Amino acid sequence: MEEGIYWPTFFFLLSSAVACFFAFMVLVSTNIVRMAFYLVLSLAATSGLFFLAGQDFVGAMQLMIYVGGTLVLLIFGVMLTSQERFVRMHTSGGDWVLSLLVGGGLCAVLVLTALGVPEWQAPERAAVEAIALENTATPIGMGLLGARVDTLSVEDEVQRGGMGGYLLFFEIVSVHLLVVLVGAAYLARAKRKQAVATS
Amino acid sequence: MAVFFQQFMWSWLAYTIAGLIHIGLIINLVAVGALVFIWLERKISGRIQDRLGPTRTGGKFGWLQTLADGLKLITKEDLMPAGADGMLFKLAPYVSFCAAIAAFIAIPFAGGDYPWIAQHINAGVFFVLAVLGLEVFGVILAGYSSASKWSLFGAMREAAQVVSYEVPLGMCAVVPVLLAGSMDMVVIGDKQAGLFTNWYVFNDPFTFIIFWVYFTCATASVNRAPFDLAEAESELVAGFHTEYSGLRWSFFFMAEYGSMFSVSLLAAILFLGGWNGPIPIASMLGLTSENHAVLGYLGSLLGLMNVIGKAVIGVCVMMWIRWTVPRLRIDQVMTTCLKYCTPIAAAMFLGATVWRLGLPGKNFFGLQNSPASVYEVSEGWERIAEPAAESEEPIIAALPGRTAEGAQ
Repeated sequence: MEEGIYWPTFFFLLSSAVACFFAFMVLVSTNIVRMAFYLVLSLAATSGLFFLAGQDFVGAMQLMIYVGGTLVLLIFGVMLTSQERFVRMHTSGGDWVLSLLVGGGLCAVLVLTALGVPEWQAPERAAVEAIALENTATPIGMGLLGARVDTLSVEDEVQRGGMGGYLLFFEIVSVHLLVVLVGAAYLARAKRKQAVATS
Repeated sequence: MAVFFQQFMWSWLAYTIAGLIHIGLIINLVAVGALVFIWLERKISGRIQDRLGPTRTGGKFGWLQTLADGLKLITKEDLMPAGADGMLFKLAPYVSFCAAIAAFIAIPFAGGDYPWIAQHINAGVFFVLAVLGLEVFGVILAGYSSASKWSLFGAMREAAQVVSYEVPLGMCAVVPVLLAGSMDMVVIGDKQAGLFTNWYVFNDPFTFIIFWVYFTCATASVNRAPFDLAEAESELVAGFHTEYSGLRWSFFFMAEYGSMFSVSLLAAILFLGGWNGPIPIASMLGLTSENHAVLGYLGSLLGLMNVIGKAVIGVCVMMWIRWTVPRLRIDQVMTTCLKYCTPIAAAMFLGATVWRLGLPGKNFFGLQNSPASVYEVSEGWERIAEPAAESEEPIIAALPGRTAEGAQ
């Protein structure tokens, strides 16, 4: 009964192809709005990969933060650069070299890591279904509050000592975001005051 | 459903057919829903303004009016402005429509042991909120690519409004998640089973207020009057869809009515008991899956009618508001969000949390004890509060730095 198309593999290939294709389109496009549009499609396809892996919470997070964040980027892109000279961006030779260096380096690291895994295993349906049933967002939420539920299954006392909660990081990130928000509001207001003063 | 089909055919074909059935049902729900809601809106607005609304098309009550409109829209010329960005202009309506449909993937229509849901996502509330926020993406693309000032202004207003209103909307949606201890919408709905006193809207005074805040924010985030500045006819022609005509324009409208329906469904499931009616008729008559599969199916059907009925009432209230309340100015819209909705939502969130801690196991404004099946702390809290079975000691004590000697 298992012959025919194996859908998880098909959708994995489809999502990764869409993600890669639109990532490439971001690279070659010169129009800033189209670029953002391709970026959104690429990121949405990535969230599809997360859903496929049974990680609903991470997938929804990807949709909310990355896709939604790009949306705001797009709004600002349109709002601030709706003049014709900004809408089309041309990359100079130096930029190409720099970005090739950075991107190529990152790509090399990823490829080396991927090839360094001794044995790749295709996901088995039973394993995937078990993950999808068992995995809830509760351990993540508990971890954010400083309590790691998954430490209970770790026997070794030393290992368990190293598995703290994420409370400190969570708080640091929250404070950081708050500072960014206040800063953004301050910058926006300062600009407007200046404009009022000069006019 | 796929498991059911698997008994008769290859598993790949079973999954395909199950998927196609789900997609077909969801698309039909959105499209037929839009058909009915547009007719309903005409009738309701007519009645509110002391008119009759459509009366002739299709015999009685003008019930075929929307279909006639649709035929007219199909025959209209499909125009595109000369300066438009062709690809984005053509894609924008579909982006909006896809986002509106995608939210329905994770919305359950009946609960119990065999929930009626296209894809059971355990972070369902989060997924639906994330996807609902994406609908504005098509609007921005439409506004930008039309190469028209009206469109651009309309799209910018709508984007600013929707992005702002997502903050209080998310804060309101968190409260039922907190009460149920789960982001799974099936669990949230099932925990409100029983009499209407178990519904989360009546859980305590804070949730009662937060329901109305949620409804206001939902109305604003789907751009309905009095928050429809982005499509204000008198000043912005028609906002982001000024340059659209024919079928593309109608896709935007299907998306709008689709998302109205989905936020109302969300309100019904999060606050109004979902598929549980005010009186638990289904369980009184024994229509549960424990008795027989067919009886369980009938009970789920009743639940489906319940949840859709509640959502339709929500949509009708939105229409009633639209034809009664005058339109707000754009600064008033922003003030409503930032100075009223967000602080109220935050304060009510805090209040609901404290209430929950102060009066555990009570509902209906603290007057009644929750049934044992409804009041269940989530798995993680339980393991913190009570000694976990496998470790013989509370998890708090098992954590580094929290042990008696570790805390000195």
